[in-house]
Parts: sequence; C-alpha cells; structure tokens
Amino acid sequence: MAEKSPTVQFLSIDGEFAPNEAAEEYLPYLDELGDDDHRQFYRDMAITRRFDEECTNLQRQGHMGLWPPSHGQEAAQIGSGRAARPQDVLFPTYREHGVALVRGVDILDIVRVMRGTSLGGWDATDPKNNNFRNYTLVIGSQTLHATGYAMGVGLDGLVGTGDVEADTAVLTFFGDGSTSQGDVSEAFVFAASNQTPQVFFLQNNHWAISVPVSTQSRIPLYLRAQGFGIPSVQIDGNDVLASYAATRRHLDEARSGQGPAMIEALTYRIGAHTTSDDPSRYQTPEQLAYWVARDPIKRFEAFLRSRGADDAFFAEAAVEANDFAADLRHGTLALQVPPLSSIFENVYAEPHPVTAEQRAWLDAYELSLREGA
Amino acid sequence: MPATVEELPLAKALTAGLRAAMAADDRVVLMGEDIGTLGGVFRITEGLQAEFGTKRVFDTPLAESGIVGTAIGLAMRGYRPVCEIQFDGFIYPAFDQITSQLAKLTNRTSGSLHMPVVIRVPYGGHIGAVEHHQESPEAYFAHTAGLRVVSPSTPNDAYWMIQEAIASDDPVMFFEPKSRYWPKGPVDFASSAVPLHTTRVVRTGTDVTLIAHGAMVATLLQAAQVAADEGVSVEVLDLRSLSPIDFGPIISSVEKTGRLVVCQEAPGFVSVGSEIAATIAERAFYSLQAPVLRVSGFDTPYPSSKVESFYLPDADRVLEAIDRSLRY
Repeated sequence: MAEKSPTVQFLSIDGEFAPNEAAEEYLPYLDELGDDDHRQFYRDMAITRRFDEECTNLQRQGHMGLWPPSHGQEAAQIGSGRAARPQDVLFPTYREHGVALVRGVDILDIVRVMRGTSLGGWDATDPKNNNFRNYTLVIGSQTLHATGYAMGVGLDGLVGTGDVEADTAVLTFFGDGSTSQGDVSEAFVFAASNQTPQVFFLQNNHWAISVPVSTQSRIPLYLRAQGFGIPSVQIDGNDVLASYAATRRHLDEARSGQGPAMIEALTYRIGAHTTSDDPSRYQTPEQLAYWVARDPIKRFEAFLRSRGADDAFFAEAAVEANDFAADLRHGTLALQVPPLSSIFENVYAEPHPVTAEQRAWLDAYELSLREGA
Repeated sequence: MPATVEELPLAKALTAGLRAAMAADDRVVLMGEDIGTLGGVFRITEGLQAEFGTKRVFDTPLAESGIVGTAIGLAMRGYRPVCEIQFDGFIYPAFDQITSQLAKLTNRTSGSLHMPVVIRVPYGGHIGAVEHHQESPEAYFAHTAGLRVVSPSTPNDAYWMIQEAIASDDPVMFFEPKSRYWPKGPVDFASSAVPLHTTRVVRTGTDVTLIAHGAMVATLLQAAQVAADEGVSVEVLDLRSLSPIDFGPIISSVEKTGRLVVCQEAPGFVSVGSEIAATIAERAFYSLQAPVLRVSGFDTPYPSSKVESFYLPDADRVLEAIDRSLRY
C-alpha cells in the first residue's frame, strides 16, 4: 500500500492543477484567489528571477561586493510573502529578495547592503516597507528576534480578538542550515512556551553553502518542530499555490490565538550560496537537472496557460521584469558612498563621548591631510 | 512626612529601583530564569510578579541566548526589557545576541531602531561559590561598541542607576556586585540621580589615587583607612561606569596626587583597568610621579572557592601597590 505523501502540493511539476491528498485541507485558502492574483504571483516571480540575475551580473562586473541569489526559491518566497496580511511582521534571512519585493521594499535598498554603502539598507519602521524587517546575516539570529516580537504582540493583546485588521502574526524565515543553530531551537522553545502568534517558514534549499541538508538532519526538518510541540507541515516549495495556502492558513491560525506553526518548503537553490561560491565543486549535474525540471516559474506558467493566459501576457511580464532590472542597474551605479562621518552616527541612540571624540579627531586628521596637500 | 532616606541592602535597593521603573513606564518588563515566583536566586525581583503580574515579570525557559534574543524582539515591538542573567559565568551563551545583535542594531538600522534593553548580571567573587558563579566578565562588553556598561557599588547607586539604565535608549550591561548585595547603606529616595556615566570621588586624599568599581570600592575604602593610619592620604574614586568611562574626575585626581592604582576583581590582561592605565598615561603623563599600577585578579581561570581569597585582590594587595607607587 502506497503511503500518503506528507508534502502539500497543488501543482504537478508540469503545472497541472492536481491537489494531492495532503493539499485537500488547504484548498479553501485558494478560493479567495482569482486570475488577477495568479497573474500577480507570476509577475512577482518573474521580476524576482530577473533582478536576481541582474544583481549576480552586477557583482560579476565588480559593482557589488556580494550577492546571495534567490534563483529557484521564487515560489516559496512569493507565495508566503503574498499570504501575509499588511499588519503582519516579517523577519527575513538575507535571501528573501522576493518577499522584500512583495512587501514593497525598494530592492535598491538590498543592493545598498550588498554593494557596501549601508549595513541595514532600509528602515523597517517606515510604513512603506510594510513591516519587512532588516536582513540578519548571522545564521538563525532573527528567529529569536521574531519570537520576542511575537511575544510582544501577545502582550499587546493583538491575538485572537477576532479583528482581522488588528490581530497580528509574525512570519519568520529561516533556512535548512540554520536549523542546526542553537538559536533556532531556542526560538522554538520560547515560541512554544509562550504560544506566540508566529509561523516559522523554512526554505529547505538543500544546501548550507556546500553542506547538504543530510548533514544537518537525519529526519525531515518539519518534524523537528513537532518535538518542540509546534505543529508543522511540509510543502512543495516550488509550488506557489502551496506556499500561499499553507502560509495563509497558519498565519490565520496564529493570529486567532492557536499558537505557532512551522512550514517546511522543499525547494532548491539553483544558483550559488553567494557570488563567492562555486556550486560545481559539490553539486552534481544530475541534482541540478532534477531541480531545474521543477522550476517554479515554468510550472506556474503552464498553470496560467491552462487558465487562458496567452503569449501577450508573458511577453508583457518579461518586459516589466527587464525594465525593473534596468532601473535597478542604473540605481546601483548611482549609489553614493556614505560620508566618513557616518561611521560614528547611530552607534548609540544617546550622545556618547567616545564616538564624539573620535569623530572630531578624524575630522581634524582629514583636514590636516588636505591642508598638507 | 515619610522618611526620604532608608537603610537598605543593595539587593533591596535594586528591587525598589526596579519597582519604581516599572511603575513609571508600563513598557518595562522583567524576564529571566526563576525571577517570577521565586523572585530570582538572589531575590532581586522578589514580590514584583505579585505586584505587576505575569505579563510584566515572567520566567523564561532556561536559555540565555533565547532570553536576550527575545528581549531584542520585544524591544523592536516597543518594550523596555530588563533581563536577568542568573550568574556572570552563564552569560556566554548570550554573547552572540549581545555583541552581534543588541549592540549593533541601532547602528545597522541607521538609528531607526533603538534597543532599550538592560541586562542585569550578578558578578564577582567572595561568595564561596562553585565554578562559573564568581566571574567578572565586564571587559568583554566594554570592548563592544554600542553597549553601555555600568556597575553600582552602593545601595543608593543601585537604586538610582538601575532606573537610569532602564530609561536609557541604549542597551546597558548592568553588573551587580553580588558580594555587596547584603550590607546595608542609605538610599535617598528624594535625591535626584547622579548622571549614569560619571566617576565619583568617594574619599578625598592627596598622596595617591585609587579607583575601582563594584565590590572593590569597599576594599579600597578599607585600604585607604589603613593607609591613613600610616600617614598616607589616599583619594578613592568609584568608577561606576565602565563604558563610557568618565575620565575627567580621574585626570583631576591624578593631577593632584600624581599617582594612580587601578583595582578590579577581573583578570588584568586587556581589562577595564588596562584602558584606564593607558588613557591616564596618554592624557596625564606630565602629572604622573609613578607609573599607573594595576591590582587585579590573576590571569588564570577563577580558582576553587577555598583559595579564591588568594586570587581576589584584598586591602593588603592594594596597600602593597600604594607602597610601590610611593617608592617612585
């Protein structure tokens, strides 16, 4: 007797709408989506793929210090990002470019971080960034920040009031490598203990730089959370509908006071870990081919075509993505180097004698060099 | 009219200071291991959960990185968390969250986020404890930009400084001298707070300057009394703030005495005392009659409790350093 697949999937790898048994309970969450939403998902994914490629090129051309590509993970990111409500708060890793896009963050602000003109890039408290917090580079650290934030939402009483505009959930992104970090386990412990309004969204892209997920875990990662008392589910992370429906449901449940949940999205990092990496040293061509055949964008294109999208739509989406990338390239090359004095700014919130003295010293020193010349 | 000055142990002065801070601002929350029902292993939070409820004073799971990491998230949500780390030697699991996240978030976010988080750390020796319960790890944090580091030596300072630390929009490492938790001293509830980052002269003298923080201040006062009996006039300074350091009063004192002995329980190598010695050598060179001397714990692991009295600087070791300084 064949075992039921535990992995929620709506779209076959050929893009046919064929929900499996695990997906059935998530079907109602797709009802609220119409053709316009589906097309928006496609355009989001196409733009993300295109600007990610542009950023990789910009790094190769010496215009950026580093770029961590998101190629291959677009469905996981767009589905989950689009599932969050406006008041929800999102804590990303440093690879959530697609989520940033759909939350309204200027991608140029991400480029500023990677080009080296800013440490944080964007103001997460500015309403225009729709509660998309800053990238965190130490692996797994942000899971604790997210959990603490969700504890604060609970203290504020914004859970389970029934007011869909006010009840708030926290969407926490992390990757397969990070599950080995103590902070991630501690985040699970604190989340379970406090029954936080929180969804842990794991993108298992199968690699922590060069180390395969099998080195991190001998069991499917979604089962980890259950040991902490956190319900969890595995989804096909290259199926944007699965990503949307699962995130939508578990965020709704978190907001309504049902506590934390964890989603493992099975996906694949088609590109390198970062532009400093060479995946050909550890990844076989067969592995790559297997996952290229499961490309999330091609799959969704087939689905859209089956629902009437024509060549004109896809051509238009390609133009939109190209324009976006061209704007990003122009913006990148126009980024200004911050002034020297910025080193000393905001080290502390309140005045501090050491930064003040050192700033004055550097100003005088720079002036003396100019006068000397 | 109620008395405005009360004799309290430093531990209870801290409790009173926490209570005042919580009453003044309902965003202040206390979190840590065993701080709720039990009131903390040193009873610093005793009674506060009953008074303010479990939403404002709560026990956390036993995980220091988790305590600080979630405090950061609470601060992002607008709270002002005060974390208790149970003992000095247990702070290291939280080191990454403190130094890589808490200390840097204001800078990383160009000031759009403030991190008003206080981390209370009972620290130092003299209590006959087992390993990891007697350390003085303050230098690790003083070395990290973005953190403020303070340590009270008296009940009155404990009462006021904890409130100032909580009111600060920057993260503050608050090192509590656990061997001084129990002796009583006057707490003036009506006075206004001395600014947090100020060095204070606690005994005036003319021949040599001694400076320390936390529990060592009491040791310096003992040594100063013995020296006075021998005809040596000693000035004693209480550092109070380890980062930033208020050098003005130290320089003024050295300009008067020409001699400085820096004292601390912590190991001397790359320590707060080292920083004071280097800065005074740079800024008060022509006032010095002798090199700045340090009296510190040894550069060894903290020893077992039956021999800790040989490790910790006492009044005799301070007096030996005074004698050495005066011989120049």
